Amino acid sequence: MAKSIKIVLAGEGGQGVQAVAEIIAEAANEEGREALYIPNFGVEQRGGVSVAFVQISDEPIGSPKFETGDIVVALSDRAIYRTKQYVGPQTTFVYDSGIEGINGALPRNAAKVVGIPAIEVAKNELHPRVFNIIIMGAVVGATGVISKEEAETAIEKKLGYKFEKQPDLRDLNFKAIQRGIELVSKVS
Amino acid sequence: MTIQPAMPKSWRADTKPHKFCPGCGHGLVLKALGQAIDELGIQDRAVFGCDIGCSLLSWDFFNVDTVQTHHGRTNPVITGLKRANPDLIGIAYMGDGGGYAIGAQHLVSAATRNERITAILVNNTQYGMTGGQMAPTTLPGQKTETTPYGRDIEQTGHPTQGPEMVAAITKEGAYVARGTVANLRQLKNFIKKALQNQIEGNGFSFVEVLSTCPTNWRTNAKETWHFVENEMTQYFKIGEIKAPDSKGPEEGQTNG
Amino acid sequence: MPSKPIQDEKRVFMTGNEVVAWAALAARADIMYGYPITPQNEIMHYWTRLAPKHDKKFLQTEDELSAGFTTIGGVLAGFKAFTATAGPGNTLMQEPMSMAEMMRLPTVVVVQQRGGPSTATVIYSQQEVMLTTFGGNGEGLRIVYSTANHQELFDYTIKAFNSAWKYRFPTFVLGDGYQAKMREPLTIYDPLDKNIELVKPEPYVGKPGTPAIDRPPTQLRNTFSMEEELFEALQEIIGDYEKVAPEIAEYQSFGTEDADLVIIAHGVVSRAARLAVKEMQENGLKVGYFRPITLRPMPVKEIQEIASRVKRFLVVESAYGQLARLLKEAAYRSTAEMVPLYKPGVGVTAEEVVKKAKEILS
Repeated sequence: MAKSIKIVLAGEGGQGVQAVAEIIAEAANEEGREALYIPNFGVEQRGGVSVAFVQISDEPIGSPKFETGDIVVALSDRAIYRTKQYVGPQTTFVYDSGIEGINGALPRNAAKVVGIPAIEVAKNELHPRVFNIIIMGAVVGATGVISKEEAETAIEKKLGYKFEKQPDLRDLNFKAIQRGIELVSKVS
Repeated sequence: MTIQPAMPKSWRADTKPHKFCPGCGHGLVLKALGQAIDELGIQDRAVFGCDIGCSLLSWDFFNVDTVQTHHGRTNPVITGLKRANPDLIGIAYMGDGGGYAIGAQHLVSAATRNERITAILVNNTQYGMTGGQMAPTTLPGQKTETTPYGRDIEQTGHPTQGPEMVAAITKEGAYVARGTVANLRQLKNFIKKALQNQIEGNGFSFVEVLSTCPTNWRTNAKETWHFVENEMTQYFKIGEIKAPDSKGPEEGQTNG
Repeated sequence: MPSKPIQDEKRVFMTGNEVVAWAALAARADIMYGYPITPQNEIMHYWTRLAPKHDKKFLQTEDELSAGFTTIGGVLAGFKAFTATAGPGNTLMQEPMSMAEMMRLPTVVVVQQRGGPSTATVIYSQQEVMLTTFGGNGEGLRIVYSTANHQELFDYTIKAFNSAWKYRFPTFVLGDGYQAKMREPLTIYDPLDKNIELVKPEPYVGKPGTPAIDRPPTQLRNTFSMEEELFEALQEIIGDYEKVAPEIAEYQSFGTEDADLVIIAHGVVSRAARLAVKEMQENGLKVGYFRPITLRPMPVKEIQEIASRVKRFLVVESAYGQLARLLKEAAYRSTAEMVPLYKPGVGVTAEEVVKKAKEILS
């Protein structure tokens, strides 16, 4: 099978998983790689768990959805249950260590299960609004699908118009990327 | 050499005599429409759409571009045409089944959107082409093939008040009237106003026409005229119901 | 005519629904009629944002019957008119499209297949193949392009308008919910810059002049009094269809020459089939790939040819044998076995195809 990286991101509405998926896929596309992003969009999206599927490859991409992710990120208790089906022996499973009452719910068949305090870092260290950028950093750190610089370029492209008015925001976002990368590298 | 009866200029002579049953009201409605087209001088830009049911027999009736559509779907075809090319004068011609039953959603929606088309609906109180079944307009107690003991309004509802409904859901600019084949001069006048209203781009124009079906009514000439003039008018009031320059519902003249 | 909708060729990263809207603009479509249904809604959303800037029109109708019949009205008036639908909306769409079939009206319909039967899912399937190819009461006299990726969605939406107006048969672009909602790269362009001719529309009704004075009236009907009249009319339409079918039919194929097994899929599933075949070939397996791009007309000659020498096919689809039915008809007389991999309403991955193929070959 052509080597590609498959990413599943899942969370509650408002956690920004779709935006992260789109930015990563778009960044890879900018680098001239094959990229495909598809959200779940069943009737469950009204009040359900938001799931994003991303594939990045050097070869043409096959089916838009896939059975097993190389990295599966779950950002809420419901997301943990919802994404178990995408976890296999090669999967790195990343979840937020601040989620309560999930003992025993974490997948046991993953290659690695990584808890990161992204919610806490966002709240106490940076700003809640960059929570999803920390997650993006974590995905970048765990997969290497794009470099940190490419991630920054992608964010600049997406939010540059806001940075014009509030230059502090740029630093905040770039810090969030850096912290995300650190969070996964620390535990791996 | 036979002498041809006078017919509107916009009629297509080589398809006459037409294909409607003896005593059918369609020919009269189409005569009034033909005269209106002639008087307005719109034969070159009128597009005539006819429905399924007896109205489909008019697909080659005029020397006017014509499209025969599906049952109930003439309003959307003419709407689509008019939206794409507002210079055309779109005429949607249908029966009571097409307008009030299978195509009711299209009539309602064309009216609410105030589509700049002219819809002419022939009310003969039953489905003629399919052999005389109950229509939304069948009178209480009237016998049809599917109400052999007479229409029971408890079971099947009251005769649809089409123009009144259209008047209620249209905004200013709409033209709504009910005419009858028993008063052709008035009918032509209503149809002409309905077309003029479209030409001026005011809004949706709708004319219901009380018409005859001796074949399925199983009536002789006298009974036929009695039914259309005296029985139908008990439920369906003749006159202009809404006109752009009128302030409210207008009492029309009664027929005769 | 306003300036061209796509100035320069450019690589973009967008959803399939957005691609369709851009392609319709690039094809110089004049008017869209539509009714909301997932997963095609964003075609309307993008069209209604783009259209006014390019002097194009839109009408939101009361249902898909109306969307189809107003599209017919637009075509009759001589404009490139289109609509988009899915699932239960496609069911309703079949009524107007049967009229288009009978009257040779070049309507364009984009179908983003969702799960069925009934309301099922708003997500994805390939279960609208029979409906789109042979729906309505009629003979399937239509053109259906099944796309597999965003580049094709763009290219074939443009092509659909051309084929429709060239051959005068209702034309469909058969996508699906995945293609509708996913984002992937493609290159959008103005077809005129690539010397792709755009077939000009022309009015059926309302042509210049007064009927019967300057020209005969146009009088179109789909109802006939006598069986013989209908038969005669149909002989002509069917004859025309048969004549142009070979030049309309399109397919993709590789590695079928000495294959022990040929994998057949269409649309988005063909992506997985293609990857699977490539991988198995790299591992020395004699596996071939065939994909009809047009599902109506089918590339009959090529299917016959392959079916005459290949013993086994693996038919892969997100439906319960709808593609297989078309293939069996096309491959008539062949004794080739058609092994199913049917996954109605869900996607199929390359891994699944490889697994099934290896089972068959072992």
